Amino acid sequence: MGNGTSIGRVRGLGSAKSGSHHWLLQRFTAIGNLLLVLWFIVSLLMLPNFQYETVREWIARPVPATAMALLIVSTFWHARLGMQVMLEDYVHEHANKFACIAALNLVAFAGAGFGLFCVIRLALGGA
Amino acid sequence: MAQAGTRNRPLSPHLTIWRWGPAMAVSILHRVSGNGLAVAGLGVLLWWLGALASGPAAYAAFSAHASAWYGMAVLIGISWTFFNHMASGIRHFVLDIGAGYELNRNALWSILTPVIGILLTAAFWAALLLR
Repeated sequence: MGNGTSIGRVRGLGSAKSGSHHWLLQRFTAIGNLLLVLWFIVSLLMLPNFQYETVREWIARPVPATAMALLIVSTFWHARLGMQVMLEDYVHEHANKFACIAALNLVAFAGAGFGLFCVIRLALGGA
Repeated sequence: MAQAGTRNRPLSPHLTIWRWGPAMAVSILHRVSGNGLAVAGLGVLLWWLGALASGPAAYAAFSAHASAWYGMAVLIGISWTFFNHMASGIRHFVLDIGAGYELNRNALWSILTPVIGILLTAAFWAALLLR
């Protein structure tokens, strides 16, 4: 980006062309979170107790296992989008911002992957 | 001379000069509770699922921490961040469709949103502990 001419000063600035997609995904995942976390809260309230056997038996059932897997995908996706916005606002130096968002991607995918693995293991047995 | 138009232009006043209002408070609470949930909420969720998947011993260790006073404090904090983020998130959905920008109505819901978050948190723990 040059600064010698009028066109040089504006080239490369402006819309990144993908902001509205990010914004919409934040809303779509928010709707998913609203449904799935409310399902999770009601489920916790309906469990007779939080003993190991009770919780294990519950989460291994098809619908709770599916809903928990979807909850993990939706919440980690939403958290990754939201934390990206926070980092973009508060980390001003370009290299640091890039490093933070790269680390965020790794942590979000690793966390979601671990959560999904745990649900699959609980649902399909093995532990 | 090409930069003549960019020099000495008035800058928009930044955050620090504004008097605090309800809309600003609910906005930063939304961000704080959302990022708190992302770190603490998802972290505890993964610990809980990992303990369940690991077996009774790991689950007992999780339960011991979760039922201790500091664990309860964290869990109550996480539940509050969720209900607060949910309430202000629903407010954002309403604002997204272009409603609720009248000054009085905007201030009213900015005040009600965190109150609803606290009430839902209290109702959740009442339902959990009194069942």
